Amino acid sequence: MGVKDYIRTRFFPHIWCPGCGHGTVLNSLLTAIEKLGLSKNDIVFVSGIGCSSRISGYVDFHTLHTIHGRAVAFATGVKMSRPGLNIIVPMGDGDALAIGGNHFIHAARRNIDLTAIVMNNRIYGMTGGQFSPLSGYGIKATTAPYYNIDHGFDIAELSVAAGATFVARSTTYHVKQLTNIFCKAILHKGFSVVEVLSQCPTYFGRKNNAGSAVDMMEFYKNNTIPKGSKAKEENSDLIERGIFVQKELPEYCEEYDKIIKIAKNRG
Amino acid sequence: MGRPELKEHIINKDWCKGCGICVHFCPKNVLELDSDAKVYAARPEDCIYCRLCELRCPDLAIEVKKVTFNERKDKIRSGQ
Ligand SMILES: Cc1ncc(C[n+]2csc(CCOP(=O)(O)OP(=O)(O)O)c2C)c(N)n1
Ligand code: SF4
Ligand code: SF4
Ligand code: SF4
Ligand SMILES: [Mg+2]
Repeated sequence: MGVKDYIRTRFFPHIWCPGCGHGTVLNSLLTAIEKLGLSKNDIVFVSGIGCSSRISGYVDFHTLHTIHGRAVAFATGVKMSRPGLNIIVPMGDGDALAIGGNHFIHAARRNIDLTAIVMNNRIYGMTGGQFSPLSGYGIKATTAPYYNIDHGFDIAELSVAAGATFVARSTTYHVKQLTNIFCKAILHKGFSVVEVLSQCPTYFGRKNNAGSAVDMMEFYKNNTIPKGSKAKEENSDLIERGIFVQKELPEYCEEYDKIIKIAKNRG
Repeated sequence: MGRPELKEHIINKDWCKGCGICVHFCPKNVLELDSDAKVYAARPEDCIYCRLCELRCPDLAIEVKKVTFNERKDKIRSGQ
């Protein structure tokens, strides 16, 4: 099957702006799923609200387009009732880490087998360019016309600290790495987080004079480095790409099953 | 001696939004935007089939295939 077999072509061309990184995330996810040869019937996409979350509407799998910040909560419900399914949870940076931040860290702590994808454009794209917890200090947004004084999260560090057992980062420029990481994240048993730096030329780009989508991808190319490279010691502003954590820990649904068995035996 | 492998760029003009990502990042400068801001393969003979254009396109609007001379719809003019 080609990637086109995994989409609902009737909804194309999609709604995203020209050059929106979210389309490339869709592309790479489909490429990963095709590579893994997964059956459409075994995949569930669960998303919340945002430009990023619209991804669920475009893929021809089981899909739930739910409410803002609650994708992980719905996904937890699906996984608990049907643990055999592969659950992918694409979220925006606001969706995952502003309104959804608490769900996010606790799902990581529980190590429930979900693949969380944070499509990080450092802005609320859908609602017109308000700053998010990922915008970071000095960034302009419609709600920070001078500049933002909030510091941003580091999604990878946050996820590691919260207990996620697979944590990785890549960008829409580095599509081969991104596809590879998606494959590993989907196969990983436990809570996996993939942060994708994904350009929003329309709001983040315009507000911050970051140029076109191409310019923003040039930025990803020139300002990110493979994890562990020496260049980071000389320039701490460089952003690391790669896999930060990949470890085995008991998975939540399996542990829950054990408790059910114990309780039944006591019956 | 067999014929060199040809590449065909299949472009969905209804989906292409003219963002220029594929054009800018093609390592062989194969692609260009036309006057309607839709992509086309201006120098298909230079294509090395890395498929980066296809993998990066946010709109799933470009696909690259290896084809034989007879299969290729817009056969290359130069020297074949
Ligand atoms: C409960 C609730 N609060 C607020 C909103 C408005 N809202 C919709 S999307 C969004 C944020 C979108 O930003 P992000 O999650 O980063 O996704 P993006 O659009 O940037 O991909 C907000 C605040 C909402 N739909 N529901
Ligand atoms: S507003 Fe930004 S995030 Fe939303 S579709 Fe446009 S470019 Fe993408
Ligand atoms: S990357 Fe896709 S949408 Fe952008 S110009 Fe190329 S074919 Fe068109
Ligand atoms: S396959 Fe590679 S060389 Fe060929 S047009 Fe696409 S990006 Fe350029
Ligand atoms: Mg966002």
